[in-house]
Amino acid sequence: MTDLLIIPIIKMLVIFGVCLFFVAYTTWIERKALGHFQLRYGPMRVGYHGLLQPLADAVKNFFKEEVVPDNADRAVFLMAPVISISFAVMLLAVIPFGPAMTIFGKRIDLYLANPSIGILFILGLATIGSYGTILGGWSSGNKYGYMGGLRASAMIISYELSLAFAVLSIIMVTGSFSLVDMVAAQQHFWDWNIFREPVAFLVFMISGIAELNRTPFDMPEAESELCCGYNIEYSSMKFSLFFLAEYTHLFVFASLVTTLFLGGWHGPVLPGLVWFFVKTFAVIFVCIWIRATIPRLRYDKVMKLEWKFLLPVALANVIATGVVVALLG
Amino acid sequence: MGLENQLVGDNVLVTSLNKLVNWGRSNSVWPCTFGLACCALEMIASTLADFDISRFGSEVFRPSPRQSDLIIIAGTLTKKMSVMVKRIYDQMADPKWVIAMGACASCGGVFKSYAVVQGADQIIPVDVYIPGCPPRPEAVLAGLMKIQEKIRTERLDQRRDFKPGMLEIPTGN
Repeated sequence: MTDLLIIPIIKMLVIFGVCLFFVAYTTWIERKALGHFQLRYGPMRVGYHGLLQPLADAVKNFFKEEVVPDNADRAVFLMAPVISISFAVMLLAVIPFGPAMTIFGKRIDLYLANPSIGILFILGLATIGSYGTILGGWSSGNKYGYMGGLRASAMIISYELSLAFAVLSIIMVTGSFSLVDMVAAQQHFWDWNIFREPVAFLVFMISGIAELNRTPFDMPEAESELCCGYNIEYSSMKFSLFFLAEYTHLFVFASLVTTLFLGGWHGPVLPGLVWFFVKTFAVIFVCIWIRATIPRLRYDKVMKLEWKFLLPVALANVIATGVVVALLG
Repeated sequence: MGLENQLVGDNVLVTSLNKLVNWGRSNSVWPCTFGLACCALEMIASTLADFDISRFGSEVFRPSPRQSDLIIIAGTLTKKMSVMVKRIYDQMADPKWVIAMGACASCGGVFKSYAVVQGADQIIPVDVYIPGCPPRPEAVLAGLMKIQEKIRTERLDQRRDFKPGMLEIPTGN
């Protein structure tokens, strides 16, 4: 009873609460970091160095008017943010946050589930989550929203390929689909997949950022072309949910990079849990850094980058990995 | 307005809620990405390094009026453009505030002409006027702080989008 029901429920609540707290503060980190990259301060007035800024934004958005346009498809329009956030949060279930702990004589694994196909679960649900973006854009009855949804689907279809191929080479090296096994295989520093598979790491980073719709590739919400794309008609909390889903995806992406390439929670001296979050936030910081550095690519160049560069490179990497794995036995 | 429309009757909650909501609203005033003339450049400059509007939590210039709380009428408002300005104002989700920035937006400025609207307050209700031609970014920040002050001291039933009877228990069947 306790093992089957109570412990998973407690774990679920803790993971949900802690991760959403971190996700909310990722927005604060992003605004502060972007500020300092541009020689500004970022939020300063609410709390110490603007620490309460996410709270103020949440309160404001909670009490703002909800607009549902007349020519929107009402049911789909209301469902889209829910799809977006729920599938983003579901991804947190299979991420191994740390080594097993012993609390009150019970062995507690720091992940909610360890399905043998963990990485496929993540790839699949991440793609379903993008239905929120696509449907939100299409149902809002706005031409910019429609274009944003269209671009979101094009981005997902193309960048999912190279992302999956990058993951495939990791699966070949590890010999398992389970994220827990992947972490276990990277115990020593030089065993980290970033050293074994540097090409896959680069492809995963680039196509992951594209999948997240973050700035060098933020086609679905290109401000200068599409106003704000798929979420143009969304106000108040529905817009916040989209925003939260986007940052949850960022958090999941960063923890995936940590798990697949940076040795997961392995590290010296500090406990595993701390290492996990240190690495994850380092990856998030790199994403913000890239956002502050590189301007948006043109739409056709984004497609060219994927189909003419990333996909062939990822394919060649898979073949090379296969040859090496076969030769080494 | 948003959720507080749902509060009916004399609620004890309302005063504390007022404080919380006003705190939230005043510290995250997201402006509309919208500029008309030379004042817009000063408005843009107020987001940059030397002035930094983000200290007040307002650097989130939303491209969609649905998500913005503040529209800064930055520049000369011609009669032709006034239709668009009115439409954007109508598209914004409540609660919303308006800053008339510069002499032209406040009273027509030097353009006493048949083509220029003599002040943005002829078509939409303005909360804060910023004098200057164009005003410096510091003046924009001062205007923003005035808006924040206004939001903080605001009472729910004094807002202009408040409809009489909004907080009363519906009678009848």
